[in-house]
Amino acid sequence: MMSVVENHAAILVVLLPLLSAPLAMLFGNRHVAYLLSIASSVASFLLAIYLVLLVKDGSVLSYHIGGWAPPLGIEYRIDAANALVLLIVSAMSVAVLPYARTSIKKEIAEKNHALFYACFMLCFTGLMGVTITGDAFNVFVFLEISSLSTYVLVALGAEKDRRALSAAYDYLVLGTIGATFFVIGLGLIYMATGTLNMVDLSERLATMEGNRTVRSAYAFIVIGMGLKLAIYPLHRWLPGAYTYAPSAVSAFLAATATKVAIYVVVRFMFSVFSIQFGFEQDTLKFIFFPFAIIAMFAASFIAVFQVNVKRLLAYSSVAQIGYMLLGIALFSATGLSASLVHLFNHAVTKGALFLAVGAIIYQTGSPMVAHMAGLGKKMPWTSAAIVVGGLSLIGVPGTVGFVSKWVLLNAALEVGLWPVSLMIVLSSLIAVVYVWKLVELLYLAPAAEDSQVTEAPLSLLVPMWGLVLVTIWFGFNADFTVQVSDMAASSLFSGGFGKEAIIMGTEGRP
Amino acid sequence: MTFNFDPQFILGHLNYWLFVILMLTGLYIVVARGNLLKKIVGLNIFQVAVFMLYISMGKVAGGTAPILTGNPNEVYSNPLPHVLILTAIVVGIATTSLGLALIVRINESYGTIEEDEILELDHQKSQAELDSLAKEASDKS
Repeated sequence: MMSVVENHAAILVVLLPLLSAPLAMLFGNRHVAYLLSIASSVASFLLAIYLVLLVKDGSVLSYHIGGWAPPLGIEYRIDAANALVLLIVSAMSVAVLPYARTSIKKEIAEKNHALFYACFMLCFTGLMGVTITGDAFNVFVFLEISSLSTYVLVALGAEKDRRALSAAYDYLVLGTIGATFFVIGLGLIYMATGTLNMVDLSERLATMEGNRTVRSAYAFIVIGMGLKLAIYPLHRWLPGAYTYAPSAVSAFLAATATKVAIYVVVRFMFSVFSIQFGFEQDTLKFIFFPFAIIAMFAASFIAVFQVNVKRLLAYSSVAQIGYMLLGIALFSATGLSASLVHLFNHAVTKGALFLAVGAIIYQTGSPMVAHMAGLGKKMPWTSAAIVVGGLSLIGVPGTVGFVSKWVLLNAALEVGLWPVSLMIVLSSLIAVVYVWKLVELLYLAPAAEDSQVTEAPLSLLVPMWGLVLVTIWFGFNADFTVQVSDMAASSLFSGGFGKEAIIMGTEGRP
Repeated sequence: MTFNFDPQFILGHLNYWLFVILMLTGLYIVVARGNLLKKIVGLNIFQVAVFMLYISMGKVAGGTAPILTGNPNEVYSNPLPHVLILTAIVVGIATTSLGLALIVRINESYGTIEEDEILELDHQKSQAELDSLAKEASDKS
């Protein structure tokens, strides 16, 4: 039994949540649906840890679906980069589901709870599948599984605020344009090379720099994924979707969806197309780099003036995506490693913040910043979580945000771009403004006199504080995250994805 | 790189020209139309154009359908792009139906499916929220 699980860990991380979704729907009972979802999430999480431990030393795992050898068959291929993302996604699912169980009681009609879990698990499946697969077309299929279920999850916020519907519609239109661009790009590279396996693609593309089909394929793929990851000027769908989605969904999306899209861009840039291509370095220099810097300033600046706290956090997410893109645009192994560290760190920070804000909305019923006045005394634990999360967004020592900013600063200095390090510090100062706005209201403003607000229930506090503790723990003890990211970055840079892989799950097969 | 005008090149790639025209038409409708339903139609045209790109690239000149005929020298079209696009067609249908379902819900709660009217209603609601916040603040002081 154990050996079956070990041999097939790569497929089980995707298969278990995929199976739990239709089962949750068929049972139709919210308790059963919840148990199925949490059980499969925990199982996926444990398997993701197992996979991370296997690839931590820099080895690459390959799993052949149905025993069909790649490049003809579909392959799941795991190295340190996607193992880290798998870990983030599954950990967030484990943290958010118990929270969702309580929080959706006030947001979604009880008869729809089982359907909520089914959609949530489909979204989770899609994100895991996008991350683990080594087949380019498979990325598109899983991307659409996760996107379609995400549109539904966002629209579920409509019972509280009908603006969730128009936000979900906007997201659907832009997300579909992004995915279709992506699939056009895949079509063009298939046309040029005749294969869809990522390793096979990279071998054949290596000599095709001058090919116009390959160039336009690259453009379509980067812009398509750019829409999904809300790269600065393409972020229009993000604030609306995060603001009006149910709290648990906002937390899960903010922590995972854009991160997975960033991973896909990195994978295509470094492992499928060769980073040595002139047009690719131009994209980094003339598109990613300026837009990352604009995002860091503009989105943080917009966040300062928001009256809705979820919208404030959403704009802050756009700014934080800027930091991740900046790390990639520095075009060095340390820069890429900084991006990957920030991927993990921002996921736990933003996850914790959205959960804390969700708990306030659960207790007070209002997402307005002004209505948070004086809650520091009434909801001490939730407020403390917001403070820690806020400090991490700024990058104060002792939180994961500091680790990210530190490695990013080092990476910028290493390539000799000291003005960029100055900009990183300056843009963090804008984060101080919007975080201070929250802290001031929570602790220094007087509460409304007739306010009956009490601390959030334990089922909301435990997942929130779980993530807050992770924020602090990896802030002091960053060895694990930095090590895995360094390993992932150096393997991405040296084309380690294509090296001889350990083949999993051959036992007992003809 | 120089560009030589070659009518044979243009005619020989007729499918691809049609793909480009259809794709841009669809994208234009999505961006330019205010009616949510028309946007979905535009999105559909946009996606269908991609199906055409894939199907064209799988075609081998003079090839038959990729089925066993008993003749080992049979020339047949590449089936893989066709299979891939089956998946994309399913995705397209799911997107369309979800989009239409959202439009039904939007029509129920807003009473309109014109984008500018919905934006106006959303804007009014945000303004009302701001006004009530300002009123609370002035009540306090």
